[in-house]
Amino acid sequence: MRHIISILLENEAGALSRVAGLFSARGYNIASLTVAPTEDPSLSRMTLVTSGSEGVVDQIRKQLNKLVDVVKLVDLTDNERIEREMLLVKVCAEGSERDEIKRLSDIFRGRIIDVTDRAYTIELTGDGSKLDAFISVLQPRRILEVVRSGVIGIARGSGACIPDAP
Amino acid sequence: MRGDIVLELTGAEIFVRCLHDEGVEYLFGYPGGAVLHIYDALYKQEEIKHILVRHEQGAAHAADGYARSTGKPGVVLVTSGPGATNALTGIATAYMDSIPLVVFTGQVMTHLIGDDAFQEVDAIGITRPCVKHNFMVKDVRDLAPIIRKAFHVATTGRPGPVVVDIPKDITAHKTSYVFPKDPALRSYKPPREADPAAIRRAADLLLQARRPMVYAGGGVVLGNAASELTELVHWLGAPCTNTLMGLGAFPGTDPLFVGMLGMHGTYEANMSMHECDVLLAVGARFDDRVTGDLDKFCPNAHIIHIDVDPASIQKNVAVEIAIVAEAGLAMRDLLAALKAAGRRLDKAALDAWWRKIDEWRARQCLQYDRANTEVIKPQFVLETLYRLTRGDAFITSDVGQHQMWAAQFYKFDKPRRWINSGGLGTMGFGLPAAIGVQLAHPDATVACVTGEASIQMCIQELSTCKQYDLPLKIVNLNNRYMGMVRQWQEFFYQSRYSHSYLEALPDFVKLAESYGHAGVRIDKPHDVEAALKEALGQRDRLVFLDFITDQTENVYPMIAAGAGHHEMHLATDRELA
Repeated sequence: MRHIISILLENEAGALSRVAGLFSARGYNIASLTVAPTEDPSLSRMTLVTSGSEGVVDQIRKQLNKLVDVVKLVDLTDNERIEREMLLVKVCAEGSERDEIKRLSDIFRGRIIDVTDRAYTIELTGDGSKLDAFISVLQPRRILEVVRSGVIGIARGSGACIPDAP
Repeated sequence: MRGDIVLELTGAEIFVRCLHDEGVEYLFGYPGGAVLHIYDALYKQEEIKHILVRHEQGAAHAADGYARSTGKPGVVLVTSGPGATNALTGIATAYMDSIPLVVFTGQVMTHLIGDDAFQEVDAIGITRPCVKHNFMVKDVRDLAPIIRKAFHVATTGRPGPVVVDIPKDITAHKTSYVFPKDPALRSYKPPREADPAAIRRAADLLLQARRPMVYAGGGVVLGNAASELTELVHWLGAPCTNTLMGLGAFPGTDPLFVGMLGMHGTYEANMSMHECDVLLAVGARFDDRVTGDLDKFCPNAHIIHIDVDPASIQKNVAVEIAIVAEAGLAMRDLLAALKAAGRRLDKAALDAWWRKIDEWRARQCLQYDRANTEVIKPQFVLETLYRLTRGDAFITSDVGQHQMWAAQFYKFDKPRRWINSGGLGTMGFGLPAAIGVQLAHPDATVACVTGEASIQMCIQELSTCKQYDLPLKIVNLNNRYMGMVRQWQEFFYQSRYSHSYLEALPDFVKLAESYGHAGVRIDKPHDVEAALKEALGQRDRLVFLDFITDQTENVYPMIAAGAGHHEMHLATDRELA
């Protein structure tokens, strides 16, 4: 089963490679991984999407928690949550296609962020299935480049994945 | 700060002060360019004794032997590049067996990092998968706090090696030194006390047991919990088995001890595992050499697992009651909960269980040809060593058949007496490890049980033994084969002994003599006792005993990889066949 795990880790050189190394060394799946500093510059937030049996995912959580750089870990899969991914797609847009692609982008609440006489670059956020759907409606046309961010997620409600009080 | 003079020290001087303030007695190391400032600071002091090894792998193993036999962290100093890579096998060995080491690797100057500078290697990168944690020091002001944290992380929770990589320029920079009082890391809080609810459930389950079994591993030794284990097992009246790493956690001569379990464990230990109805596992990690086929593992048992590392629980085997805590504290609470319940285990059921175990014991699975007067049986050497040392020596071992025979035939009544590489299985471990043990216990008998293949992997440390006058006893079981490889080739490759025979062996007697030690070659069974007695009597020198042993002897009993505990091969089965 797919799991989305939110991790706060020390914003130190090498912290990311500890997480990545753990996954390759132990043969765990990693579907996507995003990481960036938080409002506290000493901490990074990592969102990791993985999959496996409950036993494997249990081990993944425990092994991650064992890393000395991991400050806090929450498996968002257990919560009501919001997931977002960002897509930047560059698609060939010429002639009558230009209006059609613009309409499709509006339907998906995308934004055209760069225009040339031959192509549009469209920005779209949403969960993975929405981005997949958008790519598939664009598919009959010539897609020049697809860039996806990987998933970020946050629990609904007031609960937060933040460091425990000291 | 009127009149206060804050003394500025160099990084190298801070390094030495930190080690001193951590209570470090011995530093095992080898100098090189990147650590010369540190070696200069070591030259100017006398508190910390530096032990010069002959190869950095030896430094890590020697520190490891020191740590295993004392419970204190072993400390290593090596240079950058090849110093770090040579130490790596020793670091991985310590990691697999959860041994507290703090390993300092020199690094090239900060401004050269990443330039493929002379003797540069990414020590943080290559050690990452085999350390508990590692640090690179990027500012001399961070040096003391990082060293403090390194010792804290290495020695608490589930122990393990920690590497601190120090660029050369950091050891020349100056700052004021204050010993950091609090090593706390917000992201590192190892568990201590057990959850009382889990303890109560475990006590209830144990009290209902009709065929209880206790399976204790290296975690009991590492957690200094042998007395708690012994008290608990005695109260339960249950059979107790130890893993290879756990030998000595429960007294080997206690009537409740059924021997080691696993691939070369005793028949009674493995059958008890297979038939028990409640299994209490403490500080053991259900390693594949212990469990065999997981589908056939303890088919009738409700399992309780105590471990300080939550990731060890439910990893290989599903357990009913998980207790994440220090072994000693958990067993203390468990015994209190059992006593508070006001009842005991069913006496009649327990008696029937022991009758069954005694039947398994009667099979005498550790039999061998004791009557042989022609060729030395390796088991006979170990039985004699056990008898002559009255079971009170420190025994280090290398890896292979001799290691299994030592584990089977030397009964350890105390923890930290049996020093071997269980997890990684590192040939070459025994001799350097014995150096660390003998330094920590100068008056004790320290014997390195080894084979002619293993001993050659770190043979150069015989020179270190001479330099520091270490009176080790080396018990070389020389069968002119990599014995365990040969055994597997006999069983599973139709006796095709591919590259497992050592056709060109040194004369170990002359070799020992050339290093300044005594060497003796023994090839007749009736000379074994006298040779051992003579060697053990030489309190002031290393004696290398080269026992020429039976080439075809195999380690029994044996569970083939992937078989169940009840599917053992006993030596007698083969002779009958």
